[in-house]
Amino acid sequence: MITLKNLHKSYITGANSLHVLKGISLEIEKGEMVSVMGASGSGKSTLLNVLGILDNYDLGEYYLNGMLIRNINETKAAQLRNRTIGFVFQSFNLISFKNALENVALPLYYQGVTRRKRNQIAMEYLDRVGLKDWWTHLPSELSGGQKQRIAIARSLIGKPKVILADEPTGALDSVTSMEVMDLLQEINDEGITIIIVTHEHDIALRTQRSIKLKDGLIEDIIYHNATYKAVSSF
Amino acid sequence: MFDLDKWQEIFSTINKNRMRTFLTGFSVAWGIFMLIILLGSGKGLQNGIDSHFRQDAVNQIQFGSGTTSMTYKGLKSGREIKFTNEDYDFLRKSVKGIDKLSGRNYMWQNRVISYGKEYGVFDLISSHPDYIEIENATIKEGRFLNMIDIQKKRKVVVIGEPIQTALFKNGKKTVGEYIKINNISFQVVGVFSEKNERDARRAYLPISTAQMISGGANRVHNFAITSNVSAAESEELEKTLRSGFAKRHNFDVEDKNAMWMWNTLKEYKKFQNLFLGIQIFVSIIGAFTIIAGIVGVSNIMIIVVNERTKEIGIRKAIGATPYSVVGMILLEAVLITSLAGYIGLVCGVGLLSLISSVLPQNDFFLNPEVDFTVALVSTGVLILAGSLAGLMPALRASRIRPVVALRDE
Repeated sequence: MITLKNLHKSYITGANSLHVLKGISLEIEKGEMVSVMGASGSGKSTLLNVLGILDNYDLGEYYLNGMLIRNINETKAAQLRNRTIGFVFQSFNLISFKNALENVALPLYYQGVTRRKRNQIAMEYLDRVGLKDWWTHLPSELSGGQKQRIAIARSLIGKPKVILADEPTGALDSVTSMEVMDLLQEINDEGITIIIVTHEHDIALRTQRSIKLKDGLIEDIIYHNATYKAVSSF
Repeated sequence: MFDLDKWQEIFSTINKNRMRTFLTGFSVAWGIFMLIILLGSGKGLQNGIDSHFRQDAVNQIQFGSGTTSMTYKGLKSGREIKFTNEDYDFLRKSVKGIDKLSGRNYMWQNRVISYGKEYGVFDLISSHPDYIEIENATIKEGRFLNMIDIQKKRKVVVIGEPIQTALFKNGKKTVGEYIKINNISFQVVGVFSEKNERDARRAYLPISTAQMISGGANRVHNFAITSNVSAAESEELEKTLRSGFAKRHNFDVEDKNAMWMWNTLKEYKKFQNLFLGIQIFVSIIGAFTIIAGIVGVSNIMIIVVNERTKEIGIRKAIGATPYSVVGMILLEAVLITSLAGYIGLVCGVGLLSLISSVLPQNDFFLNPEVDFTVALVSTGVLILAGSLAGLMPALRASRIRPVVALRDE
């Protein structure tokens, strides 16, 4: 699903150049659930931005679903994001003046789905994350866990191949965190690839493997399959 | 390219961000409103002065005979030209475009006029009956001169209010009394009042009586006419008069000394320069008002787009193309500014018509109105400016990487 070959990325701020990704090579299979860990400044957010085509890279190769992502224009990138990638953010990033239903339906607006149709589909997804009765509520009227579930519903509605989650539980308490992780697990069980950036160990434990980044390089890859089952039975 | 869904999206955004919409709309509406009020007031001022001028000085031409300064058909220069009663008949019968017509003979200036023991020094002028209208004077008591006075060469006089006050103390009966001018008795047939104080200190005699008394035979010193024609036609009338009299009295049409002429329309033209001045003034202020409006609208648009950076970032992350972001912001800007501009236009025009219906008749301000084309064009300019002002930050916003916009603070 995702193949990275010797990926480099630098940020140029004024006269200084900050080399953030120093040659990342990685293979993520379809249907995998992977966590990316690392201290702040290790390059994990940058990696996620590159994977999400929110940012470009300098060197190397990035194949998404078999397609080389390099020097593509904004319009093309927007279309790719719309149809192949779903985003979940730490701060939810819901549009504050739109209610739950409209937030969930928004990706379909950019796919050109009619209003009636997309509201209908959005309602199905809201039902799926257990928030059907909350569809008229604005983000400000919802709890953190509810907001994140809305955001997950929004990331799913475009039927993406990959979900990129940047600290999805960073703003949630541990109980809610686990609920969100359960939801992500369900989604993964349907065959959608999920990549979670996190610094929380128990979140990472719930993924199949953790990719540890340090100073822009992959330091270690830890497989959790056995551990995960142990934890879930615990 | 009417996309109902796109409009629904924009309407829902507008509807859910009422404060922002109100502020943008208000700045546009206010700009247009002020502009309309300003332009209308300028026009009102101009209308006021225009009507003031027309009340006081009707379109009047005065002309009289002089001495030739050019030779003409073998006649030497320096000849004295004399207008007569025949010229009066000629004007009355043969010249078109004349409304009121009177001959005038200046009799005596600063003459003693007495009644019983009272006396005073006043001007004497002889004229035809139309003259009261040319001077814009009004009869207070009795009547003005009439054609019978002229035909019968009656010894009658119409006096101004100051003369009445001076001679007829304590509100004494005036009309029908006899006053003495140059030791000749004249019967007072009327008293007139007039705004111009100097012109009010006059006594009017029938022109025929004056000709008889002064031994001037049928001579008329000068004529005063009014006409209700346009500026261009008045110019034409001047030429007709000059050529007519040149022919009748054998002098060169170009000889300005043989016949002097004074046209109030030329005075009117000076006022037109004043109007031009007012217009330029109003235009300059109007232009600055538009600029102020543009600056205001631009500022708000920039603030609005900055405020929406995060929203734009979210939209882009979930699949909005740069084009759709720019389109959304622009359409919203155009919609709000057009609607608000229209509201400002209607309010401005409404206030102007309210002012003109409530304000009492006034010499300095009349019928404030606004040139509708100017109003529409300036509204259009402001809408365009608002949209352009929205375009710059919208383009910038569309180029912002979602990463930057979504970065957690």
